[in-house]
Amino acid sequence: MDFIFIAQQSLSAAVGVNTIIFALAAIGLNMHFGYTGLLNFGQAGFLAVGAYSVATLVVSFNFPLWVALLIGILNSIILALLLGLPTLRLRADYLAIVTIAASEIIRQVARSATFNKYLGGSDGITGKFGKDFFALNPFKSGLNTPFLRYNGNDLWVVVTGWTLVIIVLFVMWLLVRSPWGRVLKAIREDEEAVRSLGKNVYLYKMQSLIIGGIVGSFAGFVYALSRQSVQPDNYGTALTFFAYTVLILGGAARVFAPIAGSIIFWFLLVFIEQMLRQAVSAGYIPEWLIGVNQVGQIRFMLVGLGLMMLMIFRPQGIFGDRKELALDARA
Amino acid sequence: MPAPSHNNARRDIALAALAGITPTPGVSKPDPIIVADNVVRKFGGLTAVNVGHLEIQRGAITALIGPNGAGKTTFFNLLTGFDQVDEGSWTFNGTKISGTPPHKVARMGMVRTFQLTKALYRLTVIDNMLLAATKQKGESILRAALPFLWNAQEKAATARSEELLTRFKLIDKRDDFAAALSGGQRKLLEMARALMVEPELVMLDEPMAGVNPALKQSLLGHIKDLREDGMTVLFVEHDMDMVRDISDWVIVMAQGEIVAEGPPNVVMRDKAVIDAYLGAHHDSTLEQDRG
Ligand SMILES: Nc1ncnc2c1ncn2[C@@H]1O[C@H](COP(=O)(O)OP(=O)(O)O)[C@@H](O)[C@H]1O
Ligand SMILES: [Mg+2]
Repeated sequence: MDFIFIAQQSLSAAVGVNTIIFALAAIGLNMHFGYTGLLNFGQAGFLAVGAYSVATLVVSFNFPLWVALLIGILNSIILALLLGLPTLRLRADYLAIVTIAASEIIRQVARSATFNKYLGGSDGITGKFGKDFFALNPFKSGLNTPFLRYNGNDLWVVVTGWTLVIIVLFVMWLLVRSPWGRVLKAIREDEEAVRSLGKNVYLYKMQSLIIGGIVGSFAGFVYALSRQSVQPDNYGTALTFFAYTVLILGGAARVFAPIAGSIIFWFLLVFIEQMLRQAVSAGYIPEWLIGVNQVGQIRFMLVGLGLMMLMIFRPQGIFGDRKELALDARA
Repeated sequence: MPAPSHNNARRDIALAALAGITPTPGVSKPDPIIVADNVVRKFGGLTAVNVGHLEIQRGAITALIGPNGAGKTTFFNLLTGFDQVDEGSWTFNGTKISGTPPHKVARMGMVRTFQLTKALYRLTVIDNMLLAATKQKGESILRAALPFLWNAQEKAATARSEELLTRFKLIDKRDDFAAALSGGQRKLLEMARALMVEPELVMLDEPMAGVNPALKQSLLGHIKDLREDGMTVLFVEHDMDMVRDISDWVIVMAQGEIVAEGPPNVVMRDKAVIDAYLGAHHDSTLEQDRG
């Protein structure tokens, strides 16, 4: 077994493109769920809106990339308003239902034959819409070390992606420790108490939904640009639930949780896959037990098992405070 | 703000103002802070609240009593915008506020607490207090990420919070989660938090429920202090000894209607009141009072 290769693959994944995408998606969810208590089950919809805004506007309408990015942000704000206006005055579960339905509607519209011309139907859009972005790449030759290995384009995505993550996280950190963030946390605990103290709860919930949604669209930008293609079925509900997994793995309502959660999630996924693959091809695991083609599914089972263990032995996540979690029971 | 010495200057003023008033439901007061007219709230076939005319005297401590299910909490919810009326209107300081959403009612200076205490559990005690400070610049999303714009204000609010926590003997719990407080301490926190809003009218829904006798005494003192600090208090309570001890005026509700009002000693001998209570359930404190 080639352990150097396994380490290289796993570590490259741990700080790689997917980690960045899921960290951003989970940072948005952390604002919604972790700090405000909003159950957004449609984060995939915000990613889809970001990704498709870029791909469609650049490929089908020849917009410059930066304009497409700005419109993508605008679209995510519009989506947040559409989701929030009718639901945020109602009980928490309405938002959950509406968001999960909305994200599926977005996916179905994207893959429908009707808009095939602009959105590419079930094949999605592939094209050089990241051209302007990759033209700026100073690391065209990529990186090849024993522990990290990226091609030129991926390296550029990783460098800019982590820069974006750090900026977003810094702003998040400033926001949640401000009096504004205090109101959000209070809303998570008890909306009526917050109303009784003179705060416009509806307005704060809307702001939280918008900000978390914008960060979600950033994840969509990275998703689209890194692959230079968008595919509707990548934006299904599974994406939302993996983002929740990442968040809860790290510990909800902790600023750094989404990063830690995403790094661990992708490290484990790739590490287990590579270990299994090599063990099977080296004959350590007999072919009748696990075939090479089954490794992809088995790794999800094992990661799922690992997450179950985590929830049993450390329900508060990596960064969470168990005492704080226990307070929930009294609330 | 130091604890006011227990002088009773404002109590004497309140009592003098209420002295000559006929103890009859809906009677006019010399200086009402709240005036309500024909307030009706129905739940299906049940009329939970049906108040013809009611005035609450400014600067006094008014008790709202009545058997369980009389509609006291519903009436509180209506006045503070947490529930919507079927009919009726009311004014606060002469301004019509019926239909105003709760957060605006609070900002106008009318702040309530809840029968089931609403401490914000996973916030610290000090954060519970700071949350309630008014006109905070840092609560705007546009300024939140720029601490230098609101740091000074936050410091001032922290100082005021600490003064109130000291006065309510919660300063030792400053950095604990509110969930770690006892039931009585949560009631104290909720009251202290309401004061951060700098209200003119404080509405307390069963502030003594579930509080141990030692804390009850100090809660009583705090409520009297509110009046001495110039606030008006309207509170719901079941404990008749307490009602007699601290209220300047008592309003009695039964089945949604005001059945009696007047000074405590008069009201507690009122036939309608005794009937209302005995009709619903035997209340021992009232029984003794009768004898
Ligand atoms: N949301 C509601 N839905 C239906 N009935 C209610 C609701 N709230 C209160 N009630 C009913 O209205 C009546 C008055 O209740 P409430 O105001 O809580 O009384 P009190 O506070 O005086 O004990 C009770 O009969 C209660 O069951
Ligand atoms: Mg009640």
